[in-house]
Amino acid sequence: MKCVYLRVLSLFMLMFSVVSYAAIDTYEFNDEQTRERFHQLNGELRCPKCQNQSLGDSNSPISTDLRAQVYRLLNEGKSDQQIKDYLVERYGEYILYRPELAGHTLMLWLAPFAFLVLGLAVVLVLVIRRRNTVQSSGLDITEQQDLEKLLADSGQGSAEPTSEVESNKRD
Amino acid sequence: MKRVYLFVPLILFIALVVLFAKGLKLDPNDMPSALIDQSVPEFSLPSLASPDRLLTRADVIGEVSLVNVWGTWCPSCMHEHPYLMELSDQVPIIGINYKDVRDDALDWLDKLGNPYVLNVFDEMGTLGIDLGVFGAPETYVIDRKGYVRYKHVGVVSERVWLERLKPLVDELRGEK
Repeated sequence: MKCVYLRVLSLFMLMFSVVSYAAIDTYEFNDEQTRERFHQLNGELRCPKCQNQSLGDSNSPISTDLRAQVYRLLNEGKSDQQIKDYLVERYGEYILYRPELAGHTLMLWLAPFAFLVLGLAVVLVLVIRRRNTVQSSGLDITEQQDLEKLLADSGQGSAEPTSEVESNKRD
Repeated sequence: MKRVYLFVPLILFIALVVLFAKGLKLDPNDMPSALIDQSVPEFSLPSLASPDRLLTRADVIGEVSLVNVWGTWCPSCMHEHPYLMELSDQVPIIGINYKDVRDDALDWLDKLGNPYVLNVFDEMGTLGIDLGVFGAPETYVIDRKGYVRYKHVGVVSERVWLERLKPLVDELRGEK
């Protein structure tokens, strides 16, 4: 009797295991190059519904549809640019993760370089300033002499530990 | 003079706070349609009510109207539906039944009422892709010549109608 239950159960399990296949969409390609272009496009196109996912990344119904559309267009022999244009016509430039270089996207493209130059300039200014302050310690001649005397005095006291540090280095 | 530089981080910080605060208030779904001021795309799809009848672009243009993308699978559409019923005597509403099952959709209209002058049955979502639909509900305002003038993503509530859609519809009705 138990055996029959088991059989029925495993039969059910088999039936449901087939259903789970339906969620994965599979595409077949004529050649390896098209497959690569398909994945490339899916990575560069953005899901209109889910903001921070690419078409290839997203599980939303609209992404599934758009992937199918990209596949269809690829098989019709459309170029990458034509496929992007097709989607931009319908969904706007939003859909491109890599926007076209044009007047209104110029800032988007150039801002990182502008910030880089700005950052380098700030670093440069700071370094130059620091170098200048090190050169002039701001002490007058008598203070400078006092300081040198102090350093010379403490130099004798610290002679021992300095050599220790050096010997450590050698180890 | 040097003191002034101490305020630079504070000023930068405040600028960032203002920027982020503004960003928080933006609605990420609020995307301008790529189709604004463009013609409603050509299509040829069956009517929801009578599968044998093919509807085309010519059937949906001619009057200032709303084009509402809906489906029985969409909970927000259920939420929107009663208000569309109210609206239906103020403005013609054309339905695009998007990626739905015909019997379910007909059942829905039977039970809840039918606010639409006609319904395009877009089973595969092809018209949806041409319109740039990425979810439901979405509502377009089209003018007499069949140009898309506005797109609203999300539920059309009384507020949306009064604040955004109605002023535009009135204006478009004034156009020749």
